[in-house]
Amino acid sequence: MNPRRKKRLTIVTSIIIGLGTVAGLVLYALSQNIDLFYKPSEIYNGKQDTGLKAINGQRLRIGGLVVPGSVHRNSESLKVSFKLADMRMPISFSETDPTVTVSYDGILPDLFREGQGIVANGILVNGNVIEASEVLAKHDENYMPRELLDDVDEKPVNSSYSKNLLETTY
Amino acid sequence: MMWKWLHPYANPEISYHFAGKILPWCARLAFIFLAIGMTWALLFAPADYQQGDTFRIFYLHVPAAMLSMGIYLGMAIAALSSLVWQLRLADATAAAMAPIGATFTFIALITGAAWGKPMWGTWWIWDARLTSELILLFLYLGVIALHNAFEDKNLAGKAAGILALVGVINLPIIKYSVEWWNTLHQGATVSKLGQPSMTADMFWPFLVCFIGFSFLVAALICLRFRSEILNRNSMRPWVRELVANEVKAHAV
Repeated sequence: MNPRRKKRLTIVTSIIIGLGTVAGLVLYALSQNIDLFYKPSEIYNGKQDTGLKAINGQRLRIGGLVVPGSVHRNSESLKVSFKLADMRMPISFSETDPTVTVSYDGILPDLFREGQGIVANGILVNGNVIEASEVLAKHDENYMPRELLDDVDEKPVNSSYSKNLLETTY
Repeated sequence: MMWKWLHPYANPEISYHFAGKILPWCARLAFIFLAIGMTWALLFAPADYQQGDTFRIFYLHVPAAMLSMGIYLGMAIAALSSLVWQLRLADATAAAMAPIGATFTFIALITGAAWGKPMWGTWWIWDARLTSELILLFLYLGVIALHNAFEDKNLAGKAAGILALVGVINLPIIKYSVEWWNTLHQGATVSKLGQPSMTADMFWPFLVCFIGFSFLVAALICLRFRSEILNRNSMRPWVRELVANEVKAHAV
């Protein structure tokens, strides 16, 4: 390579490396704000990276899996409450998972069901209750035809409630 | 050695005719693959167990999003070779790619919003994936604006090239945003190591669609590349001759 081209290449690469470092540091500094939501366990223990805890009255987003059997609907109104546990793949629940209760008054998204990931936006009260003003469904990256749901081993949701829910509730 | 082989393509006239030769083939292949892929995807692929038919937007959204990033990478490589080796044609290539990439980014954002409303419950959310893809659209628009901001095409190419190179930082951010941060957007389904997270009868139509869109992009780039060359060389004898022949052919 001739010296002029070499010089230009050096300048261009050093600009890119410099800006890359700047962008990396900025993103690192902002990482706690870039996270869209708190996980239920982070409500108790604080954010994973920073240990920052949410305080009562704080507006926040919470994201997790709806714990099966925890959904209570009010028969008179649209009020609904349910528990959320940390998301994990493949989906599983245990008694010891830290859970957060979400109460909501409004129409739930189509994809809302037990064992489904959701993200709720609301205010933290009493340390572990979220009064949500918005509930969004978080879809996972798995796609499959309906027929397959019954005969694969790695079902996206626990078989004991998934099939019932799909066919009766909706 | 490679330089010797590549050397004739640094000549605008030869590149113009070369792009003209591969253009119809890319267009034909794009038509065939897209016709098969879209019919397969929209009519014959099974519906998703949760989303039903709404999931079929996947076959447009995912190729558009992947290509929006792929085109950007191609444009940045063209910009790098234009800055370092001062290849005029690399500038023309970058200028030709920018609006195509912007269009695909726009398609990815719009189809994503159309899917997000029924599935998530919202058109838009400021999570890391959506925001970084929106920034990609703004980067494209900035590159297009800079290409047109200067009378002198070399200066314009330099300015746009620097912006394009700086913007490359955004590509890994888009790709890994769903892993680095909590986002509403789901993780990767097809572009990850190992098994795709969908069944084969859903995956194959996707692959055909993706190949079809890739050929479409190649054809569009050839088309725009040719007009960029003509624009930039409009005073050269070979272009004048070309135009004169064209006029003669149409006059009859």
